[in-house]
Amino acid sequence: MSHDHSLSPEVMPQEPEKATLEGKNKFFGLWFFLGGETVLFASFFGTYLALRNSTAGGPTSTDLFGLELVFIMTMLLLTSSLTSVYAMYHMKNNDFKKMQLWLAITAFLGMGFLGCEIYEFAHYIHEFGFTFRSSAFGSAFYTLVGFHGGHVVFGLSWLIALMVRNAKRGLNLYNAPKYYTFSLYWHFIDVVWVFIFTVVYLMGKVG
Amino acid sequence: MSENTNTNSVNSFQKKRNKDEMKKQLISFALMIGFTIIAFTLVATKAMDKMFIIPVILLLAIIQVAFQFYYFMHMKDKDHEFPSMMIYGGVWAAVLTVATLLTIAWW
Repeated sequence: MSHDHSLSPEVMPQEPEKATLEGKNKFFGLWFFLGGETVLFASFFGTYLALRNSTAGGPTSTDLFGLELVFIMTMLLLTSSLTSVYAMYHMKNNDFKKMQLWLAITAFLGMGFLGCEIYEFAHYIHEFGFTFRSSAFGSAFYTLVGFHGGHVVFGLSWLIALMVRNAKRGLNLYNAPKYYTFSLYWHFIDVVWVFIFTVVYLMGKVG
Repeated sequence: MSENTNTNSVNSFQKKRNKDEMKKQLISFALMIGFTIIAFTLVATKAMDKMFIIPVILLLAIIQVAFQFYYFMHMKDKDHEFPSMMIYGGVWAAVLTVATLLTIAWW
C-alpha cells in the first residue's frame, strides 16, 4: 500500500509529510501522544517539586548540582533541536542527502548529551553516594531526569533505525511522515529539558 | 525504487518560502539560546533575590518553549488546530497535576 503514494516522480508536494492519509494520521497520532506525554511529565515534575526538600539527611540539590555540565548539556540538546529543523528544511526541498547529514549531526549531539548525563549520574553515585534509594528527593530526581534520558535513548534508536532503513530508499511519500514525526518527538524532548534545567537544576541551585 | 521522488525539483517559489521559514527558525534559535544564557547567568551570579529569580527563570522557560512549539514544531502554521488542542489540553492537565501534588505536600 505504501507504494502507490507518490503523486508524480518529478514533483514533490509542498508538505510531503502530510501528502498522504497515512502521513496525516501519523501527524495526528504523534501530537495526540505528545499531549499525553505532557501530562506524564507533569506528574513527575509535580512529584519532584513536592519531594525535593525531603533529602533524609543526604545530599541536597545545592550540594549536588554543577551548573557548568548542565549548561553544556542544554547547549547540546538545544543545538540538536536546530539541526533537526535543518533536516526538515532539506526534506521540504527534497534533498535527501543533506537531510540525512543533518540528522546524523542531530544523532551525534544527542549522544553527546546522553554521555554527559551518564557521567553526571555516575558522579552523583560515586562522589556523593546519591542513588535512587537515598531519599525521596533521590527517587523523584532520578525518575524525572532518568525518564527524560530514557526518551533521548528511545529517540536516538528511532532516528538511527530510520536513517539506516531508508538510506538506500531515498525520500518518498511513504517515509517522509516517519522522519517528520521523529523531528516533532525530538523537539518535544527539548521542550521537556527546558523545564528540567529550569525547575530541577536552576531552581535547585537557587535553593 | 521507481516511485522514488528524489529528483531535487521543488519549484523556486516554494524554495524561497522554505528559506524564509528557515530564517525565522534561526532567529528563534538565537532567542532561545539567549533566554538560556540569561537564565543561567541570573542563577550563577545570584543577581536577584530568590523571590524574584524563580518566577523570572520560569517565565524565560515558558517563552522559550513557546518558540519551540510555534516555530520549530510549526504550531503557528495552518492546519495545526488539533496539535494546539492536544498541547493546551496537556498543559491544562499538567497545571492541575502540579498544583494538586504541591497542595497535598505543602498545605
